[in-house]
Amino acid sequence: MIESFLAPWHAAVSVLPFEWARFGFMRLALLAVLLVSPLLGALGTVVVANRMAFFSEAIGHAAFTGIALGVLLGLASPMWSMIGFALLLTLAIAWFRRRGGLSSDTAIGLVMAFTVSLGIVILSRGGDFARYTNFLIGDMLAVTAADVAWLALLAVFVAASFFFFFNRLLLGSLSPAIARSRAKNSGAAELAFACLLAVVVTCALPWIGILLINALLILPAAAARNLASNTSQFFGWSVAISFLAGIAGLVVSFYASTATGATIVLVAMAIYLLTLLRRTAS
Amino acid sequence: MQVPAADSPAHHGIAPHRCGECCTTMKGVGVRYRGAPVLENIDLHLHCGELTAVIGENGAGKTTLIKCLLGEIPHSGEVHFLDAAHRRPDSPVIGYVPQHSSFDKDAPVSVLDLFAASLAKRPACLGVSKSVREAALEGLHRTGAEGLIDRRVGILSGGELQRVLLGLALTPIPNILVLDEPMSGVDHSGREQFYELLSKLRREYDFAVLLVSHDLVSLARFADHMVFLDRRIVCEGTPKEVLHDPRVREAFSLHSLT
Repeated sequence: MIESFLAPWHAAVSVLPFEWARFGFMRLALLAVLLVSPLLGALGTVVVANRMAFFSEAIGHAAFTGIALGVLLGLASPMWSMIGFALLLTLAIAWFRRRGGLSSDTAIGLVMAFTVSLGIVILSRGGDFARYTNFLIGDMLAVTAADVAWLALLAVFVAASFFFFFNRLLLGSLSPAIARSRAKNSGAAELAFACLLAVVVTCALPWIGILLINALLILPAAAARNLASNTSQFFGWSVAISFLAGIAGLVVSFYASTATGATIVLVAMAIYLLTLLRRTAS
Repeated sequence: MQVPAADSPAHHGIAPHRCGECCTTMKGVGVRYRGAPVLENIDLHLHCGELTAVIGENGAGKTTLIKCLLGEIPHSGEVHFLDAAHRRPDSPVIGYVPQHSSFDKDAPVSVLDLFAASLAKRPACLGVSKSVREAALEGLHRTGAEGLIDRRVGILSGGELQRVLLGLALTPIPNILVLDEPMSGVDHSGREQFYELLSKLRREYDFAVLLVSHDLVSLARFADHMVFLDRRIVCEGTPKEVLHDPRVREAFSLHSLT
């Protein structure tokens, strides 16, 4: 059913006069990039403004444990156990910060060390770890039509949720004290955003890879910061740069026969360096 | 959101000290941190139109007192707000200008974004509506800072930032305005201007002001009521009375002040 839904997309893209457009997996990967890159670019603005880069890195690394739990539970696909575990981890980090009185980087470091080792211990039993290394670098070209449908649903949900927490998080990033004095539950918005971020990062992991997902979250927003002088410009540039890096990286990786996720990250890094020139010039 | 009682036209023209119709009361307020008392038995009345200055040494509990008023930390005792109709609204509008406010120099956030983040429903990343821009301009106009609306917050000078944050705290017009050492990093003439502006605004809009500061010389001129805090209220009264109290003179080494 999803395939028939995607038929017009395939028909439209295959008209393009490029070699890559002739392949079904590339057309699907393009659609996935068009969905996932603005999603990561948009969330990245909040991650950068609110200094959550270490948190999103930790969520990516925790995927090992999510996969391991899926294996232990005998699940056919580890996705649900990965999402469940990422959410659990988000709550655990929030709990350690509040109850343990730990600073946020210490709380995250603590929880990440535990989860990564737990995941590797479980997955390496019987010397089987090599089977899971494809999660490290991801595989953009293995995207299925069902994946794309889930991603579209997630993108709609993220867009709607921005109406709930974007302004509160923005105010919190500027002055936690003013944010608290204006809204009683600014902490709730932070936790809700962290949970949403954990879900998006985990869903995008199998394509982009555990080692690279955070770069795609942070680089476009970091580049946008060098160009923007207000919030809507920041957001717009971040989404646009993410789009550009995603599409360019996908096409380059096709012709160069390289891993797509890593190629996208290199393009994003190149764009970041260009924006740095403009920043030092101004 | 609560409509601020002080905004009703009936209040304009009433002498600030005599209003007596809306007030904030703290009764027996205390805070303990890990068993040790940080604040003890605080009884305090804040009247609308009146500027109450809280002075005290570092660690005297000044910021903790503000957090009690803002409802941010658990405390014993009671904090009540009475509006002009002698009702007790659960959440009076409190305007707050925090301590040490300086923003990330490179933050891609304009003054307008700061207002949008505080006032608007639409996420600021999708642009700011005309009505929010007008509300921001109105707030900034109150402190003479409307020219700063499109500036990035990170590049404002100390004095400019104070006017912007005061304008934000006055949008909407609060029942109580709370300022926590608002003048650190602002030079003397900037301070005087700020206090004069504050005096004008509280008379105009008739809100209560609670101000924490070390700036004794200016406070002596601009405060109506002064409280010397050292975990509990050591003494209170007019600025003249408090600044002549031997315990205050000792704490602040005020030997040269007449």
